[in-house]
Amino acid sequence: MKNNKIFMEYNKSDIINFLLLMLIAFVLIPVTVKSGYWYSSILIPWLCLALASIGQQIVMGYAGQLALGAAGFMAAGAFACYNLILRVPDIPFFVALVLSGLIAAAFGILFGLPSLRVRGIYLMVATLASQFFIVWMIDKFGWFKNYDSSGIITAQDIVIMGKSFTSPMEMYLVIVFVVTILTLLAVNMARGSTGRNWMAVRDMDIAAESMGISLLRTKLQAFAISAFYCGVAGALFAFTYLKSLEPVAFDIKLSFKILFMVILGGLGTINGAFIGAAFILLFPVLLNSVGNNVFHGAIDATIISSIEQVVFGVLIIVFMIYEPLGMAKLWENLKFKVKNK
Amino acid sequence: MIFKIFKNFTIALTAILTFLSTFFILNISIAEEKQYFPIASSRVGPYSAMGTGYYGAQIDYMNYVNMNGGVNGVMLTWQECETEYNAVKTVECYQRLLEKDGQRIVVFDTLGTPGAYAVINRMAEDNVVLAQYGYGRTDGADGRVWPWVFNAASHYWSQIAVKMKFMAEQEGGIDKMKGKKIVHLHIDSAYGREPLPAMRSIAKDWGVTLVEISIPPPGLEQQSQWLQIRKEKPDWVTFWGAGSGMNSTAMTNAARVAFPRDRMMYVTFGAAEEDMYPAGDAAKGTYAVANALPGDNFPLVAAIKEQVYGSGKGNLADESRVGSVYWNRGLGAAVMWIEALKNAQEMHGKVGKAVTGAEFRDGYEALNMTEDRLNEIGIKGMVAPFSISCANHEGAGKFAVMQWNGEKFEQVTGWEAPLDPAYIRNLVEVSAAKFAKENNITPKTCP
Repeated sequence: MKNNKIFMEYNKSDIINFLLLMLIAFVLIPVTVKSGYWYSSILIPWLCLALASIGQQIVMGYAGQLALGAAGFMAAGAFACYNLILRVPDIPFFVALVLSGLIAAAFGILFGLPSLRVRGIYLMVATLASQFFIVWMIDKFGWFKNYDSSGIITAQDIVIMGKSFTSPMEMYLVIVFVVTILTLLAVNMARGSTGRNWMAVRDMDIAAESMGISLLRTKLQAFAISAFYCGVAGALFAFTYLKSLEPVAFDIKLSFKILFMVILGGLGTINGAFIGAAFILLFPVLLNSVGNNVFHGAIDATIISSIEQVVFGVLIIVFMIYEPLGMAKLWENLKFKVKNK
Repeated sequence: MIFKIFKNFTIALTAILTFLSTFFILNISIAEEKQYFPIASSRVGPYSAMGTGYYGAQIDYMNYVNMNGGVNGVMLTWQECETEYNAVKTVECYQRLLEKDGQRIVVFDTLGTPGAYAVINRMAEDNVVLAQYGYGRTDGADGRVWPWVFNAASHYWSQIAVKMKFMAEQEGGIDKMKGKKIVHLHIDSAYGREPLPAMRSIAKDWGVTLVEISIPPPGLEQQSQWLQIRKEKPDWVTFWGAGSGMNSTAMTNAARVAFPRDRMMYVTFGAAEEDMYPAGDAAKGTYAVANALPGDNFPLVAAIKEQVYGSGKGNLADESRVGSVYWNRGLGAAVMWIEALKNAQEMHGKVGKAVTGAEFRDGYEALNMTEDRLNEIGIKGMVAPFSISCANHEGAGKFAVMQWNGEKFEQVTGWEAPLDPAYIRNLVEVSAAKFAKENNITPKTCP
């Protein structure tokens, strides 16, 4: 196997790429990008959803468990974070963030239990429970929403070490920081023994079990870690992008979107989560801007809005036909070609 | 081979998109006084009937104003963005529409309570007026806590109070309401729950049993809810739905469980012609309320038909929808923008010039739509006369009850205020004060 080497060790170009990426994320973007729109409508939601996609990637792409309910865990994380900050005096934001991730992880373990008995598409149906149960629970019991009459609560400001991070760029930096750490962790888990256990279970669970891998442990671990990522992503999504918390924001549609991000991005790849999130989230925005700016007044606006959806749908089909392994594979191919020219 | 084709395809696509994006980023402005407005429309999906009608009217009216010389010479420009009635997308649209050609929006209209909640906290910081035309966050009516939020004309708590007053009249007085049962059947979103605080409070005072039943969006499945209603045997149903699919389904389901339609009261944004037609005969008799009455014989509506649609610049593909419920409501909202703009120009000595968000806010707060002014504009009778003040951002607080006769809405009552407007106002102030306290806002003092 030629690509055995990608496990366990980093070569020089990996490190250079990483440093370059960090330079772009922490220096280049904050220095050059000044418009609040780019931060608050493009970069922030993209990074939040990419984080949730990594969570989905772990359970689905690596551990091979068809789960559908990422948005439910995001809701759990978001509301946990709100309540922690509300009820625990002087809790540091990052502590609240990690705790809300852990609370989501607890839900992940709970709703991962069916994976021990059912698999494939039936598991997908079983995991839907997380989606509906968590959102229902938050809706049903007013305590979670601090008995707000409208059901939509305002998220608190992010305060870290006495400084409040409220401008789009500051919030972006908080998110980049969290995403960087969690992505590094995910890459390492995927490359290490944890990830290999997941992949073994994904590729053939009976064989994995006979090699001494505990299915119970591995599967639940994948669900827990996946839910942790989704929970943190949900908290960040609510606190930095929506700036309000509402269970409806975390509906089944969002779960599907995250699922598509993972599939289109490429199953079993971490960068696929970022590419997929960018495509699903940003492409409709681009189409809509193009539609409204270029064809403004020329074509009936209702038709433009519908055409955008058609174009987006067609592109998804085209991508899936030409590159079933996802856009991450496309990216790999492109890199390979450039290198070998 | 395939890869090569695909690669070329991707490169071509990227090139086209980059070209197009630079095109709109560098959109060069022309030196003419302009005022820029955002149109955060919802033209696709289950809520399209509402979005096309409402925002279509706003665009039609802006076209009409431009055709007649603009606002003291200031031409109106606008940019659209599709929200699909989705709170998350509304936030993105808000950010995207915020600035264009160096000019910032002065007003934002989400036409959706969930969307309004999603952007409401950005208004004070960005200096943008949130104009919730009869929808949105109710305690925004307290201008001391929410200086940038308005819900003229008339918010949901007044609406539910007017509905309960109408029920009491039908039953023969408030004392007859004791022991009666009302089901509040609503879409499970901020919008559906919005009237509940006022409704619970009034129901408790009157001794009415209130049963709350929610329908998950998009609300096309209502069988179990209607079975529950049959079991509960309520005297009235207040229906808070969104989207023609959900709204018409409720009526067909009501017909199935033989619940009388003239005991159902629909919400302003759930009762338009587009919501009634699909239900056919099942819709007959349904009550609804309006903050802007439908009809195309108002002079302004006729003028827009003649000038804008006559010259082929109309926004609606189907001209017959001009004068319908949603279209007239959008017109009512757009008229307020333009009146506020006029006020702002006059108040700040900027006649013939573009105004800023702060100036526009002052103009909006100074709105005084008297009977005479409405007559001059050509919409006398379409909306109730009202004025806005520093503390009261609600306006009239009045609604007219209408009934669907199978073909169109017939007005049943005149402009009705709640039985005790001070009571509703008190609820608003208590709620706003709670919000102010939670978020460390010092309410401003009004003269």
